[in-house]
Amino acid sequence: MGWTITEKILGSHIGKEGVSQGEHIFADVDFMLANDITFPLSINILKELKDVEFKGIKKLTLVADHFTPNKDVRSAENVKLLREFSRKYGIKLYEGGTCGVEHCLLPEEGLVVPGNLIIGADSHTCTYGALGAFSTGVGSTDLAGAIISGKVWLRVPETIKIEYRGKPQKWVYGKDIILMTLKDLGEESGIYRSLEFSGETISYLDMPQRFTICNMAVEGGEKNGIIQPDKITEAYVKERAKRTWKFYYSDSDAKYAEVRTYDISKLTPQVALPHSPLNSVSIFEISKIEIDQVFIGSCTNGWYEDLRIAAEVIKGKKVNDNMRLIVAPATYKIYLQALKDGILEIFASAGAIISPPTCGPCLGGHMGVLASGEKAVSTTNRNFIGRMGHPESEVYLANPAVAAASAVLGRIAHPDEVK
Amino acid sequence: MIKITGKAWKVGDHIDTDVIIPAPYLNITDPSKLKEGLFEPIRKNFSKMVNAGDILLGGKNFGCGSSREHAPLAIKASGISCVIAKSFARIFYRNSFNIGLPLIISPQAVDGSEEGDLLEVNFEEGRIKNLTKNSEFSFPPLEKFLLEISSEGLINYILKRKNEI
Ligand code: SF4
Repeated sequence: MGWTITEKILGSHIGKEGVSQGEHIFADVDFMLANDITFPLSINILKELKDVEFKGIKKLTLVADHFTPNKDVRSAENVKLLREFSRKYGIKLYEGGTCGVEHCLLPEEGLVVPGNLIIGADSHTCTYGALGAFSTGVGSTDLAGAIISGKVWLRVPETIKIEYRGKPQKWVYGKDIILMTLKDLGEESGIYRSLEFSGETISYLDMPQRFTICNMAVEGGEKNGIIQPDKITEAYVKERAKRTWKFYYSDSDAKYAEVRTYDISKLTPQVALPHSPLNSVSIFEISKIEIDQVFIGSCTNGWYEDLRIAAEVIKGKKVNDNMRLIVAPATYKIYLQALKDGILEIFASAGAIISPPTCGPCLGGHMGVLASGEKAVSTTNRNFIGRMGHPESEVYLANPAVAAASAVLGRIAHPDEVK
Repeated sequence: MIKITGKAWKVGDHIDTDVIIPAPYLNITDPSKLKEGLFEPIRKNFSKMVNAGDILLGGKNFGCGSSREHAPLAIKASGISCVIAKSFARIFYRNSFNIGLPLIISPQAVDGSEEGDLLEVNFEEGRIKNLTKNSEFSFPPLEKFLLEISSEGLINYILKRKNEI
């Protein structure tokens, strides 16, 4: 019996070829991250310890992205804690002008690479599965434990194999593919499981769209999402990697809990209705829904390619009078590229607010929170009650083209409706 | 932590971490302050109503959403001694055990109990007694690994077994 890519990566991190499903292991961590929300809790734990060696500390990178630029005194104090910690232990901290949304920043900087076992004190750490790495979100105590021991405890998940066939139509992206998949898998079917995304459709998707798919793998409760590396992965990694990488592939006789196949060639843009990312419908099923805000950004769709797609729709048009459009490039490199290529100018001329790279609005933190009764279209990954502001606000999740069209028309709209 | 008795509080399905503890509280690390935000979007001042030892009943997929450990920390700080739900989200599950908040999966106990009922949980035997309704439910006893982590806390667990893991 063969192994899946996830089982091979986990096995190689406990000195074995593979691992059995359901087994509890303490596995070596290659890379770990934490942010301005989650790391202060880890510091609370670590500072109580006396005479304890931090065996895993050199594997840690900190990104102060959630409330950057610091939105109030408490956030500033938390980032100060991160600064002091990073200086004391010689740990890299991204903040200020080099900061960006962690799950876009770390692949872009070449710090997370294929074949790695990565943990992060942030649920969307599963994003890096798109590189062919095992990558999963943990809590602050787990992270403190890994700083002490260099290891993390894991229960080996079962894998669901997802096979995509066909080429996506115009205006259909990784975001639509994952929204459709999450809806079909439904609640709970993914809990504790691994999702392996495969099939010919993957070869049509660039890395940002693959990151989007793995990013949202967690929304159904999954442990990780993963895509086997190919030429596109290799080209992406070669240009950036600062650490050595290794490609793993699933065996043809690997054991899957389930295999599901989807035809992507007929898929239409999807919109997830409030208040669950699993609640998506085709945009053609939506009647007129007027909105107050559009947000384009986040670790799901704040990539350069996402901004380019949105700019294509909005070029020469104006943001509807009744609403706000907020655009946040996910990282400073993306910001700079979009600036040089005139993409930011297209947004600014249309009347958009251009935000510095930050998580900000995605979690209702700052830089554009919603009032009671307000509705927003957002390219982010979660539309829980109160996620982007007031508990009586509503969030509709969509791809960047739909978001841009909605900003122009002031209601949820298909990109072809923008004339 | 073999046996606990407490009054039940009940919430619904898909209680996500944004509902357990919303973003404005995330830059707080002191659990005694954190608990003030517990369940704010659905039940203001929840932590003031709870007595130490009380038990929380949740529906399906309890704790879904972000990895914020603020969620189990706020629940524990409020005095809740254990959460019984139909199912739990993965990161919430591990976070809770890591910080010493035990969780039990028992859809029957959740459906068979109401808010205000007096419950008694025996972890070793895998039994929940509803003393108000005079009914009883069983659950698969927790694996040794998880019981040890939740009674020692992850950090002590690791420090004690430095040479084994
Ligand atoms: S952009 Fe949103 S989902 Fe992504 S890491 Fe930031 S807060 Fe989390």
